[in-house]
Amino acid sequence: MQIYLPIAEVSVNAFLLLGLGGMVGVLSGMFGVGGGFLMTPLLFFIGIPPAVAVATEANQIVASSFSGVLAHFRRRTVDIKMGLVLQAGGLMGAALGVVVFNYLKALGQVDLLVKLCYVVFLGVVGGLMFIESLNAIRKSKKAGGSSPAKRRQRGWVHALPFKMRFRTSGLYISVIPPVLVGVCVGILAAIMGVGGGFIMVPAMIYILGMPTKVVVGTSLFQIILVTGFTTMLHATTNYTVDIVLAVLLLIGGVIGAQIGTRIGVYLKAEQLRILLALMVIAVCAKLALDLLLQPSELFTLGEAGGH
Amino acid sequence: MRKLLLSALAAAALAVLPQSAARAAKEEVVLGLSQDRVAITATFDGSEILVFGAVKREAPIPKDEPLQVIVAVSGPAPSVMVRRKEKKLGIWVNVDSVLVDSAPAFYAVATSAPFTQVLSDTEDLRYRVSIRRAIRSVGAAMHIRGAQAFADAVMRIREKNGLYSLRENTVAVDEQTLFRTAIKMPADLTEGNYQTRIFLTRGGEVVSSYETSIDVRKVGLERFLFSLSREQPFLYGLMSLAIAIAAGWGASAAFSLLRNR
Repeated sequence: MQIYLPIAEVSVNAFLLLGLGGMVGVLSGMFGVGGGFLMTPLLFFIGIPPAVAVATEANQIVASSFSGVLAHFRRRTVDIKMGLVLQAGGLMGAALGVVVFNYLKALGQVDLLVKLCYVVFLGVVGGLMFIESLNAIRKSKKAGGSSPAKRRQRGWVHALPFKMRFRTSGLYISVIPPVLVGVCVGILAAIMGVGGGFIMVPAMIYILGMPTKVVVGTSLFQIILVTGFTTMLHATTNYTVDIVLAVLLLIGGVIGAQIGTRIGVYLKAEQLRILLALMVIAVCAKLALDLLLQPSELFTLGEAGGH
Repeated sequence: MRKLLLSALAAAALAVLPQSAARAAKEEVVLGLSQDRVAITATFDGSEILVFGAVKREAPIPKDEPLQVIVAVSGPAPSVMVRRKEKKLGIWVNVDSVLVDSAPAFYAVATSAPFTQVLSDTEDLRYRVSIRRAIRSVGAAMHIRGAQAFADAVMRIREKNGLYSLRENTVAVDEQTLFRTAIKMPADLTEGNYQTRIFLTRGGEVVSSYETSIDVRKVGLERFLFSLSREQPFLYGLMSLAIAIAAGWGASAAFSLLRNR
């Protein structure tokens, strides 16, 4: 069934969009990532104009994250206090990110820089997570699977002032690292047009030392506000939010997210992490190949006056 | 800019009228369209417009060359930025760009015989009928070598997407008087006036031409959402968010109901 999208001005298959939304929704619920880093390239691929894809994707992430976070609230795996601290940093970062983005736009080549950003961050994050979770699995196998490896190093993170107690995460740490993480993710989110979950999740696990089960819910909670803010920005300045596209994606997305959170319960933390790592690496490889291999069409068409 | 261009074209058409009139003032197009407006609804999946007509003449049919018919439909023509990639430091990056002043978003030409037989090159140059001539890129040639490659890229990419098409031998002409063809319009149409031109030619020269336009508009829900997004962007954004939150909550509630049963 073909549907004409009023803002994107293209006609696409409604079931294809429902399917894409569902697939990304499952991943979103499982890993606590918004799925933007997967969905946005997929939307480009089926012919949605990039500006519309990025803006609409933000709106869809709000829906799937909200659906996912409710399931986590019920299981009490959301650290609201930590989420709010991250969010405070995130909004600051987003504002900074917009400034950086406009600066890059003035320099030209913003598309290339966004892509390089993706490749570098996805590559580093994916690679580190993969190695770490592989080691964790190996260790737990050696130990007979009885005692999962603890990663509670008392590093520089614990030496900083302004300590705060995060009960749900079982942490007593300084607020500086979470705020900084929030700022960094906010900047990247604004530049790359994603919720930033794929960076937030590993940052919470490895830098803040939060338990994996709490990380997913907290990340989703944080993503909702950031992407909601982004949606409003895009809707009021660029008029690029396509509500019909968003509805189709989010119907699939919210259902997928519910399924995803339930699958997530049955997987071990290490397995969850290794799967996310593999996915991140796959997307990174795809983007890197796009940059390295000769494209079949050297020319691209764009709107005049656009970036 | 586009208006200026159109009026310039109109002026050019007026200027050439007396010449062609001298040759065959007696042949005129009487045109019919199966529809002169295309309504883009939510389930819009392309459209086919039947273009048909007759040749009105007061003298007997000229014996020299057979009558040929060209139908050209052209969508709104904004300028397009074309960028070219090149390998730099191992990765493929955009190195240069050319602004093609006007390239129609949609362009279809249907002819009653192979294009080169129907229209001579000079006439094509004058009326800008072929796809190549419908794309205008002035000024680019000045500073970038091979600017034609950029215009060619527009043609190549849009032909691949089915937006540009040259369909030879698809206009049926009966008794040199009645003609008809069907123009297929893809689902990915943009709004605007689609200029429709009919040319009658003999021996590659235009003996008569006719111009009308097909109105392509969004209607119903599509129109409502589009207008709302432009006129009330804040409200539109809030609405999008409200839908997102409601859908997220709805799915969550539905699933917990399912699970608790």
